[in-house]
Amino acid sequence: MEPHGVWIYAITGRASAAGLGELRGVGGGPVRAIAAGELTAVVEDVGLAEFGEQALRRNLEDLAWLESTARAHHRVIGALARLGPLVPIRLATVYSSDGGVASMLADRDADFLAVLSRIRRRQEWGVKAYASPRSEPDDASAGAEAPASQESRAGAAYLQRRRGQLTAQKNARRQMLADAETIHAELSEHAAGARLHPPQAPELTGNKALMVLNAAYLVDDEHGTDFASVVTALAERYQGVKLELTGPWPPYSFAADEESEGVSERALRIGARDGV
Amino acid sequence: MSARYESGPAMASEVEPAVVHGTVSQGRPHAEPTVPAERIALVDLLDRVLAGGVVVAGEVTLSIADVDMVTVSLRALVTSVSALAGSGAELPGARP
Repeated sequence: MEPHGVWIYAITGRASAAGLGELRGVGGGPVRAIAAGELTAVVEDVGLAEFGEQALRRNLEDLAWLESTARAHHRVIGALARLGPLVPIRLATVYSSDGGVASMLADRDADFLAVLSRIRRRQEWGVKAYASPRSEPDDASAGAEAPASQESRAGAAYLQRRRGQLTAQKNARRQMLADAETIHAELSEHAAGARLHPPQAPELTGNKALMVLNAAYLVDDEHGTDFASVVTALAERYQGVKLELTGPWPPYSFAADEESEGVSERALRIGARDGV
Repeated sequence: MSARYESGPAMASEVEPAVVHGTVSQGRPHAEPTVPAERIALVDLLDRVLAGGVVVAGEVTLSIADVDMVTVSLRALVTSVSALAGSGAELPGARP
């Protein structure tokens, strides 16, 4: 038999790991539970020819493989999330044996129980804000007419106009970032937790508009509709940005303990640096 | 029980971006799944499965934080998530 490892999806409270049924994982095999104390890890046995360390380094660079694996990982976590609270595990975490998983559970049980308690009966919602096209000053027209002019005065006028446009563009972006911060602050007040992800690159989103906010919020199950209403209200108030809501997600962005708050600050700085 | 998860994309199907200027329409959080999991934007998913989730010390783990080892196509992808992946987004006591 091919050497295999144990791929981990999530950690749950003991009771909620029942009912995995015919759920299939990243390697196409059944998922199963490894219990230790009050916790259960949901795992799949995977062949090391595809999921061993060397193979993973190679396969993670293969976009098609990465996509199908990410979707399969998410499918299992999504199905588990319906059964009860869980701590999602980052993609591509593989143990060599059940014993390794069990001792990891035992070592970290207090941390996992704390996270399970925090995310219980809550879901993650994603909110992204893009620069609205109309709030980005258009510079194409000026750029097109300038070369036609031979006069030095016209050239100077062009440069002046161009500088004015760049300043306007900079101010517009600064305003959008300020709006994004306000939106984030307001949404955070309606959530049990908030995390900022770095803005996504335009080549990945297929959206040329500048992304000024990429955030995740942990929202009580029963307040999901209210949260969406707040997003709608903010979208109406801040016409300079376009808001996009995704969710509900399993609590991926809230799987780590509270101490990672510094990450948010850093993400915000990245947004500010890229944006202005 | 058998076809329950196979046919139902579960949580995945409910994650659907749905917003435009000035208006937001919510992806049906409590409705039955009707949208295939494939509808989720890959970039949103990677933000979560690569940068979210707990990092635990697997014995055969390839940490995504190990960005230097992963080149070419993935490099573009991880640009949007590497800041988080390489940060302290893990539980206390984690041994990356």
